[in-house]
Amino acid sequence: MDKGKLKFDFWTIITILIASLFTVFLIYPLFSLFASSFKDPLTGAFTFNNFIRFFSKKYYYQGLINSFLVTTSVTILAILIGSSIAYIMNTYKIKGKNFLEILIIISMLSPPFIGAYSWILLCGRNGIITRFFLNYLGIKLPPIYGFVGIVLVLTLRLYTFIYLYVSGALKKIDVSLIEAAESLGSSPSKKVFTIVFPLILPTLLAGGLLVFMNALGDFGTPMLIGEGFIVMPVLIYSEFVSEVGGEANFAAALSTIMVLITLLLFIGQKYIINKKSFTMNSLRSMQPKEFKGLIGVFSYIFIYLVVFLSIIPHITVIYTSLLNTRGQIFTNEFSIKSYKLVFQKLGQAITNTYLYGFLAIVIIVFLGMFIAYISTRKRNILTSVIDTISMIPYIIPGSVLGIMLLLAFNKKPLILSGTSIIMIIAFVIRRLPYTLRSSAAILYQISESMEEASISLGCSPVKTFFKITAVMMLPGVFSGAILSWITVINELSASVILYTANTRTMSVSIYSEVIRASYGTAAALSTILTLTTIISLLIFFKLSGKKEISM
Amino acid sequence: MSVSINIENVIKKYDRTIIIPNLSLKIENGELFTLLGPSGCGKTTLLRMIAGFTSIEGGVIKFDDKVINHIPAHKRNIGMVFQNYAIFPHMTVKQNIEYGLKLRKIPKDEMSRKVDEILKLVKMESFKDRLPERLSGGQQQRVALARAIVIHPSVLLMDEPLSNLDAKLRIEMRSAIRDIQKEIGITTVYVTHDQEEALAISDRIAVIKDGIIQQVGKPKDIYTRPSNVFVSTFVGSSNLLWGIVKIDNGIKRLLFDDGFSIQMNKLSDEVKDNQRVIVSIRPEEFSVKDSGIKVKIKTSTFFGRYINYQIIPIESKIVNNQHYLEFTQDLGHVHEFFNEGDVIYLFPNPEKINVFTEDGEKNLIRDVKKNG
Repeated sequence: MDKGKLKFDFWTIITILIASLFTVFLIYPLFSLFASSFKDPLTGAFTFNNFIRFFSKKYYYQGLINSFLVTTSVTILAILIGSSIAYIMNTYKIKGKNFLEILIIISMLSPPFIGAYSWILLCGRNGIITRFFLNYLGIKLPPIYGFVGIVLVLTLRLYTFIYLYVSGALKKIDVSLIEAAESLGSSPSKKVFTIVFPLILPTLLAGGLLVFMNALGDFGTPMLIGEGFIVMPVLIYSEFVSEVGGEANFAAALSTIMVLITLLLFIGQKYIINKKSFTMNSLRSMQPKEFKGLIGVFSYIFIYLVVFLSIIPHITVIYTSLLNTRGQIFTNEFSIKSYKLVFQKLGQAITNTYLYGFLAIVIIVFLGMFIAYISTRKRNILTSVIDTISMIPYIIPGSVLGIMLLLAFNKKPLILSGTSIIMIIAFVIRRLPYTLRSSAAILYQISESMEEASISLGCSPVKTFFKITAVMMLPGVFSGAILSWITVINELSASVILYTANTRTMSVSIYSEVIRASYGTAAALSTILTLTTIISLLIFFKLSGKKEISM
Repeated sequence: MSVSINIENVIKKYDRTIIIPNLSLKIENGELFTLLGPSGCGKTTLLRMIAGFTSIEGGVIKFDDKVINHIPAHKRNIGMVFQNYAIFPHMTVKQNIEYGLKLRKIPKDEMSRKVDEILKLVKMESFKDRLPERLSGGQQQRVALARAIVIHPSVLLMDEPLSNLDAKLRIEMRSAIRDIQKEIGITTVYVTHDQEEALAISDRIAVIKDGIIQQVGKPKDIYTRPSNVFVSTFVGSSNLLWGIVKIDNGIKRLLFDDGFSIQMNKLSDEVKDNQRVIVSIRPEEFSVKDSGIKVKIKTSTFFGRYINYQIIPIESKIVNNQHYLEFTQDLGHVHEFFNEGDVIYLFPNPEKINVFTEDGEKNLIRDVKKNG
C-alpha cells in the first residue's frame, strides 16, 4: 500500500526472486557472452582481435552481408504478400476464408526447418518435382539451394505474421473513417493511401520487425537449404561447434555483433512506434464486399496459391512419413516403417520434448503471471527494470542464447551444460514473452476495483490475487501459454547448441536425421510434431472460442 | 456495529503534489454522508483513504475512537460499492454475495439465510444463480450493494455508484440506496460529483474543492444558504451580480448598478455602508414586476415543466465569469410568456438572496453556517 517503500510482503519477495532469476539466467549469461567476445582464446587477455578478425576476412563478414540480403528480401516479400492477402480477405468475401486462416496459422506456428527440408524433398537435387521435370519434360529446374531457397522458405512462413497483424489492424478501422473520407470526396484508391495505409503503418512496422528478427535469427532453414550460402546464425553455430575445436570466443564476438544489430533495430522500432502509435477502437468494422470481374479471379488464384505453397511442407512430410524407405530413398509403397524406427531409436526425443515442454510451460505460466502483475500493479524501480529485462529475449537469436547459456554455465559454481535443466531454461527464456505479453494485456483490462472489492470484503491482498485476479487472468494467460507451448516444442536454434545425446528433442532429432539424410524418420518425427502443433491449436481455438491468434 | 468516522487533520500528497492539504470532518454514526465536488477535488481520494486503498500522509482517521491509519484494508471491515460495480465476473450472484461471508467463516445455514435476506432487501431474489454478464447495470449495482452490506461492515463506502447508469435508472437506484441505508442504519460515505444526486440522497453533504472543505451541512441549508460563491454556483445554479450595500438609519439596502435597490433584513452586522458585494440569486427566485432589475430576454428554452430564459441585464453588471443570467418560470403559475428581445423587470426575493464578500469567500447573510 505504501508505494515506493519496500516491505517484506509476498510481492516484494516475488519481485526479488524474479529479479534474481533474471540476473542469474539472463543478465549474467549476457555479460559472460560480451566478456568472452573480448577475450583472447589462448591467453584470456582483453583483446579486440575477435572483432578485427571478423571484419577483415571476407568469408566472415560476407555472412553478415548475406544475412542482411536474406532478411531484407524476406521482410519486403512478406510485407507485400501478407498485407495484400490481409487486405483482400478483409475487404472482399472470399470463400473458404476460415479454412484458409487456419492453414495460415498452422504454417505460421510450425518450425521453418520442416519447410526447408520438405522443399529439399520436392525441389532438391533428387526431389520429386525436380525428377518429374527432368524425366518427363526434359527441363532442368534451377537449384533450390542457397539464397533462393532460404528466401522462399522463410517468406512462405513469415508472411503469415504480417497477415495476422494487418488483419487485426484492418478489423480495428472503423468503417465511419472510410465513409468520412468518401463523403469528403476521396476516390477508392486515394482512400487506401490516405486513410487505410497510414492507419495500419504502425502495425506494419511492428510486424515487419518481427519478420526481420525471425528471419535474422533463424538457424534451421539456412543450415539445411543454404549450402554454400552462409548466414550469421550458421556461421556462429559452425564456429562454436566446429569439429576442429570450437572457437568459443570468436563465436561470442559474432553473437555480440548480432545482439547489437537486433538491439538497434528494436530500439529504432520502439522509437518510431512511440511517435506514430495511436489507438483505434472500432464500433463497426469494414464489411467484406462481393468480388467483381477479373480482379476477383486473380485474387482467388493468388491467395489460394500462396496458402497452398505454405502448407505444402506439411502435406509432404505427412505423405512421405507413410512411405516405405530403402536406404535414403522413398519407395512407392506405403508403410509405417519410419514410425517404427522412430519409436525404436528416437522414443526418448519424443518424451523429452513433451516433458521439457511441459515443465517449461509450468514455469512460464507462473513467471508470466507474476511478472505481468508486478509490472502493471506494483510499479516501482525494480519492477520497471524487470519489465524492461523481460523484453531482452526478443532481441536474442536462439543460437546466441544457446551460446550465452553454455558460456555461463559450463564452469563452477553452476555447471548446467549437458543437463536437461539448461534446455528448459533456454525454452523458458525464449518463449516467456508470449505468455507475459498476453497476461499483461488481460491484466490491463481487469479493473483494479475487482481486487479492491475483494480486499474490502476482508480478503488479504495475496489471497485476492489467487482467488480473483489470477482466475480472471486465466483466459489471457492460457492463450499466451499455448503459443509458448507450440513454439517451445518446435524450438531448434538454441537446443541444437545445448543438446546432448540424452537431452535431444524432436526438433533436434529431425535436424540431425535430415543432415544424415535419413528422410523417412525425419518425416515421421516431423509429422508427430506437426500433429501435436495442430492439436494444440485446435484445443486453443476450442477453448478460446475464436479463430484468432495474436503474437 | 456501525461507527462514526472522525477525520482529523488528514493530509494526502503524491510526491510533491498536495491533494488534500489539511482536512477534518466528523461523520456521525448511521448517517448518509456525501462528499460532493468537481472531479479532481480529492473526494474519491478521501474515500479511498477511509477504505485503506490509499496511504495517509498526515493526520488520523478514526472509526469511533480507534485510529485505523495502519490497519490494512482487508481488516477494516468496510463495505465498498464501486463506480464500475466490480462484480466478480466468474462467480454467480450468490457466490459474489457469499464471498465476504465465507472469509468470515460464517456457518453454511446461516450464510444461506443471510444471502436470501439480503437478496430480498435489494429485490434480486430471482437472479441468485445468474452470472453477472447476464445482468443489467442497475441489477449489477444491486448485487454490489448486497455484497457490501451482507458482511455487516462498520461503514459503507460508495464511490460514484450511479454514474454508469442511465438517467431514469439513476433516480430509481438513488431512492433504493437511500431506503436500504435507512433500513439497516449503517454509516455511509457517498461520493458523487452530481449535486442533484447529493441533494436527493444525503443526510448531510460536504462540498469539497481543491482538497478543502467549502461547507458541511444538510442539503436544504447548503442549497439555500451556501457559505461562498463556489458552493452557490456548484450546488444548483446562481446568478451573480455586483451590488453595493447602503445603510441608512440602520436599514440595510442592496443597490444594483441600474439604480434599483431592495431592502435586506437578513444581512449580518458586519456589513459596512458602501461595501461592494456579490449578490447571488437563484433562477427561480425572481418574479416579474413593474420594478426590479431591468433585463432583456436573450433566448428562451422550453422544458415542459418550466421555461428557462437566458437574460442580459441592461445596466447592472454581471460577475465576470458569467456570460448571461438565468431565470426560470414554473409553467404551473405563469400568466405571461416572453419572447426574445423583450425587456422586463425582475424582482428578486429578498428573503432568499445570498450576499457574498467581494472575493466571494464569505456569505454576509446572518447565521449562515459553514459547518453544520
